[in-house]
Amino acid sequence: MDDGSVPARPLVRLKGIRKVFSNGTEAIRGLDLDIMPGEFISLLGPSGCGKSTALRMIAGLGEASEGEIEWPTAMYDASGKPEREIGFVFQEPTLMPWATVFDNVALPFTLKDRPKGEVPDRVAEALKMVGLERFAKSYPRELSGGMKMRVSIARALVMRPKVLLMDEPFAALDEITRFKLNNDLLDLWNKQRWTVVFVTHSVYESVYLSTRIVVMAARPGRIVGELGVDAGYPRGTAFRTSQPYNDACRRVSELLDDAMAANPAGIDEH
Amino acid sequence: MIGALWSKHSRWILPVAAGIAFLTFWEWSVTAWKIPKFVLPAPSLIAMAFWSDGPSLLGSLWFTTRVTVVAFLAAVVTGMTLGVLFTLNRTIERTLWPYAVVLQVTPVVAIAPLIIIWIGLDRLWLALLILAWIVAFFPILSNTTIGLSSADHGLKNLFDLYGASGWKKFRYLQLPSALPYILGGVRVSSGLALIGAVVAEFAAGSGSATGLAWRIIESGNMLNVPRMFAALLMLSAFGIVLFYATMWLQWALLHRWHESEVKREN
Repeated sequence: MDDGSVPARPLVRLKGIRKVFSNGTEAIRGLDLDIMPGEFISLLGPSGCGKSTALRMIAGLGEASEGEIEWPTAMYDASGKPEREIGFVFQEPTLMPWATVFDNVALPFTLKDRPKGEVPDRVAEALKMVGLERFAKSYPRELSGGMKMRVSIARALVMRPKVLLMDEPFAALDEITRFKLNNDLLDLWNKQRWTVVFVTHSVYESVYLSTRIVVMAARPGRIVGELGVDAGYPRGTAFRTSQPYNDACRRVSELLDDAMAANPAGIDEH
Repeated sequence: MIGALWSKHSRWILPVAAGIAFLTFWEWSVTAWKIPKFVLPAPSLIAMAFWSDGPSLLGSLWFTTRVTVVAFLAAVVTGMTLGVLFTLNRTIERTLWPYAVVLQVTPVVAIAPLIIIWIGLDRLWLALLILAWIVAFFPILSNTTIGLSSADHGLKNLFDLYGASGWKKFRYLQLPSALPYILGGVRVSSGLALIGAVVAEFAAGSGSATGLAWRIIESGNMLNVPRMFAALLMLSAFGIVLFYATMWLQWALLHRWHESEVKREN
């Protein structure tokens, strides 16, 4: 989005979303958000701010109590449901331990009844993207944490989705692995330019990756501010130590401080 | 060199050597202390009983094997089927679960006379089959039920995300998740099927049930203790074969992926 040509129609539009869980907790109130094609957008906030809940609702896991999630450019089926072309990466790799890497990545095809002919090529392509083409026959237990996460990303990408939804995907990994996966994810996104919605609680990660950062506060979950990161891509280690990066981190931190100050008690309830 | 050979083969050398030492001591002590053969027969006498009564004992083994294996297979099929039904339909589970528990908690010896009267002495093998099945059936049912509902929550979400049908969720998620549980049930159940068959033969206590358990009672009545030992040994040999067969099945199905069968080096 650094060239300034913002398309008029958003890919996903959240309008006045409110989410109340069955136990009465109000997870989200009055959430408005337009997600534009090609954006790398981070939802950043303390735990309990509803960022994961919002992401899951975009994916169609759980209905909003109020408000609407629109897919202006998508096809709608007979029952009025949008054809969401999404890939989802959970916080855990969420792989089937009884299946090989190949079968795990091919799972979306298996579940969607797509013709089998193209599957081997598409799986190979997805594995190549994440650098695991030599591990198709391995089982998940034979892989490291970072490699499992790569398999999970390959599975999310294998259907060539328009939007990649990622729910704190690297939070459980060590810092070295996380940096490596950050870089690889950014390279992929820079080549393919799908849209990414990335949930994180790390200021540094959000600034490093995103074109736009949406800061959320808790109780009830809501948006308290947002910030565009203008720096172009590719971004590398040099960007991590640059002045614009530091400035952006400081501004996001200030927004986050405001968000935390809105809940002075700071009690972490789940 | 010798150390490497030893560490490789000591797994079977040690128990075999201990067995030979024990048998030698047994043979010696029976003669030295003049123990009558109807209390404790010498190993050589038991070996002779094997030789003379072998063919008829093998016939009895075949009888017990058939009852055990058929009851075990019936338990696997019915236990898994009912387990799947329970998972698919809560109403069926609530309706039938208490009766399954009643079957499980009632000692098989206590219901054996009733079942035998109902089925009739002319079809005793069927009565034995039912009794062995009653004992073997419950572990498979309960493990299948637990296993099918223990699929990973994240994977369930993933399947929902791609709009998986109920059948695909069952085939690609619930069934593989349940497999380690079901196999655990299968191992317990195979041993219970043998116990059930033997107990049922004891309870029947009649001439038309000519299995190994009946031969043990019969030999006891005639104070033919060497033959009793021979029948007992056959029974435990069969139990061991059954045990290792289910162990092998579990290994074959799980060793690529499940923690229980994975060898780890630290």
